[in-house]
Amino acid sequence: MPKKDNPKNPHNPPTDPTPPPEPTPSNGNIVIDPVTRIEGHLRVETAVAGGRVSSAWSTSPLFRGVEPILKNRDPRDAWMFTQRLCGVCTYVHGITSIRSVEDAIGVAIPEQARLIRNLLMGAQWIHDHIVHFYQLHLLDWVDITSALTADPAGAASADRQISSARNRSAAYFDGVKQRLQTFAGGGQLGPFANGYWGHPAYLLSPEENLVMMANYLEALRVQIDAAHMHGILAGKNPHPHGMIVGGVPLNKDLTSNRIGEFAGVSNKARDFVNNYYLPDATWLAARYSDYATIGGTENLMSFGEFPLGAAEPDSLYFPRGAIFNRQTSAVQPVDTGQISEHVTHSWYSGSARHPSRGQTVPDYTGINTADRYSWIKAPRYQGQPMEVGPLARVLINYGKGHGATVQVVNAFLQKAGMSLAGMYSTLGRTAARAIETKVIADVMSTWVGQLSPSPGGSEMPFRSTFTMPDAGSGVALNEAPRGALGHWLNYSGGKISNYQMVVPSTWNFGPRDSANVPGPVEQALIDTPVADESKPLEVLRVVHSFDPCIACAVHVFDPKNNQRFKVQAL
Amino acid sequence: MKPEDKLDKGLEDKIDDLVTKKGVTRRDFMKFCGLMAATLGLEASFVPKIARAIASAPRPPVVWLQFAECTGCTEALLRTADPFIDDLLLEKVSSEYHETIMAAAGDHATACLDSAVSQYAGQFLCFVEGAVPTASGGIYGMIGNKTMLQIAREVLPQAKAVVCVGTCASFGGLPAAAGGLTGARGVRDATGISTVNMPGCPPNAVNIAALIVNYLLNNQLPGTDRYGRPNFAYGNKVHSQCPRRGTDWCLKGFGCKGPMAVHNCPSVKYNGGTSWCVQADAPCKNCTTPGFWDSMTPFFDYSGSY
Repeated sequence: MPKKDNPKNPHNPPTDPTPPPEPTPSNGNIVIDPVTRIEGHLRVETAVAGGRVSSAWSTSPLFRGVEPILKNRDPRDAWMFTQRLCGVCTYVHGITSIRSVEDAIGVAIPEQARLIRNLLMGAQWIHDHIVHFYQLHLLDWVDITSALTADPAGAASADRQISSARNRSAAYFDGVKQRLQTFAGGGQLGPFANGYWGHPAYLLSPEENLVMMANYLEALRVQIDAAHMHGILAGKNPHPHGMIVGGVPLNKDLTSNRIGEFAGVSNKARDFVNNYYLPDATWLAARYSDYATIGGTENLMSFGEFPLGAAEPDSLYFPRGAIFNRQTSAVQPVDTGQISEHVTHSWYSGSARHPSRGQTVPDYTGINTADRYSWIKAPRYQGQPMEVGPLARVLINYGKGHGATVQVVNAFLQKAGMSLAGMYSTLGRTAARAIETKVIADVMSTWVGQLSPSPGGSEMPFRSTFTMPDAGSGVALNEAPRGALGHWLNYSGGKISNYQMVVPSTWNFGPRDSANVPGPVEQALIDTPVADESKPLEVLRVVHSFDPCIACAVHVFDPKNNQRFKVQAL
Repeated sequence: MKPEDKLDKGLEDKIDDLVTKKGVTRRDFMKFCGLMAATLGLEASFVPKIARAIASAPRPPVVWLQFAECTGCTEALLRTADPFIDDLLLEKVSSEYHETIMAAAGDHATACLDSAVSQYAGQFLCFVEGAVPTASGGIYGMIGNKTMLQIAREVLPQAKAVVCVGTCASFGGLPAAAGGLTGARGVRDATGISTVNMPGCPPNAVNIAALIVNYLLNNQLPGTDRYGRPNFAYGNKVHSQCPRRGTDWCLKGFGCKGPMAVHNCPSVKYNGGTSWCVQADAPCKNCTTPGFWDSMTPFFDYSGSY
């Protein structure tokens, strides 16, 4: 195609830009940049001593600045913008924004809308967790080149051992093997090129590797069904648009056939979770038992999710709470007034503040791990770094005696040969994701039965009407698939004056705080073994277990003076 | 049908092999080829040609770059409900670099990009997702110690063609909306390189698949409008195709931008033809037009009746 400009669409490419900063001087540290198989952009640097990580730094190198874009807009439009923080957890930032507006204006939503929202959120978790395990995380544990040498009959036998619900033939596995060989044989490995294949930390047999690769391919299909759930209840996925302040807009299309369609795809996803995802995660946990002592953190927090009524946090199906120093049985209540965001090691000037009074002045100085090194701030709760996400939710549920969770966790621990203490680890985090997917897929089958078709004829029966006060402020707390999410909104004259978001990957991937205490991922990486510094597979395992989702983690808003920012490109 | 359009024995075998490996039927495969033909506005006689192109074309190398983005465009492709989309992604093109799915990480990943660009210079298709931050020399977006602007300038001129996936890569999109601090621009705007633009937030995966099929078929990209949007997908107004037009269920009183928007949403829909915005009672936001985050807001008309 000729590279010819369209005269009707003139443009002015930027010329003579400021040169970018010099690369960080090499000090022997291992730098992984880009970290792939994640959402967004992430750089991880580790110092290694004696074959183990002695220090780690997490850097987000992308700044999009969504919050200043929100200023002066109609708060009821904000969800469209915040939804674009992330196209992976695509429902979550939208609904949290909507709920912050509903909190500000004091509108209660209809019961059916609450139900539909819970189903949409549940579908989001199921989709995200399946994709994370198979597409984003599995290749850290599974060597595709080993799978190419597998005996298909042996794979069929291993398959039945992993889950008795499966009965796939040697011919099936031979087909998978041939499909994988089309990459290797053709010389174009495509997305599988240049992995850390053959690394000594890969422990599965060729047959186990082939089974897992077969499920990698199966999961590609199943996640499509999971996304289908959003299509049915909210128009499309990613970025479902069937959302509105006051409830849900879905009216005409919610027929009993559609509800049946939803039940069909959600049951299919549930079967996959029961017969593939959870058994595969359990199997990996048993085969990689070393990782039950690698990659843990000390403190966990969850805002809770799935309101079963109007009262929060009392009606939440997954409770709100915090665990300090791994004291699983001593879950503390959460007071969001005790959240602060530190910027000492982030590319902003200013001091630690509560998000409702957040102030951010970008001040880029290049990566200097001794000083500032990330666009992510460092949020702290009661001054402590907190891990958020599936592990936090599952252990907080466990500590609070959440029946369904306790049952699935205990069954997992028994099969994997792990103790509850072992959950504070890379394996625990990866398993917790599968465990909660089962809990949610199970309860969703009950919720689907409570859906009733749109009555038809009336105008938007699942939406409460409201009058918009001229000014207000609101807060919404949710659980994204990756963890605790809060939106803080202030508006006046009908326009947004301040909007702050503290998102899961800010908690998990934030840098050191003003007391130089590392963030959760930075802590988790300490003591991770590294067998081959040119192939830091073990580091990737720990980082991926957090399911990094970075695009949403970076945002800025200066409520006082939107223009007051400076950039120093060194 | 011309003789060469009929399925020859060799092709029959290839298709049989393809559908057997997939565990789907021949009929599913031909249905998919039919969907591609319909999306591209081609006559039914093209269906066997499309089948041949999918079943036997060599795998063109593809580089997929991600700049200031939310990964929604990649996800749109991954989540589309047709059994042959993953074929297109994994087997019918050779995905040399795509950060979301690639096994390699860090310098091993960067090496994949460098080698694809040099090995396939002038041959690879480059898909771009996300806007390019240009303020302050591009320091708001960096990968592997290079600015995204620098990466775009190094890689894109080496491509055979550049396809912008989504409104951000096409026109700047969300990070370029009023109030943005990063100088984000669409790829054409930031680099001066001509692009085919597939806007949408996210764009429809069926259209991207059709663009790839068209490429396998003709070894070239489709004709576009003045915004670089392929005519086959962006040639008609949403409202003129909308099944609610002229009914009591029309959302125009609720702020629907369908009368201004061009996209084939009402016919192709999303998630395997499950639904689309208006079907879920959500007004169209005209997400395929440049600057829609500013020119189409507020998105709802709460004073209007519906």
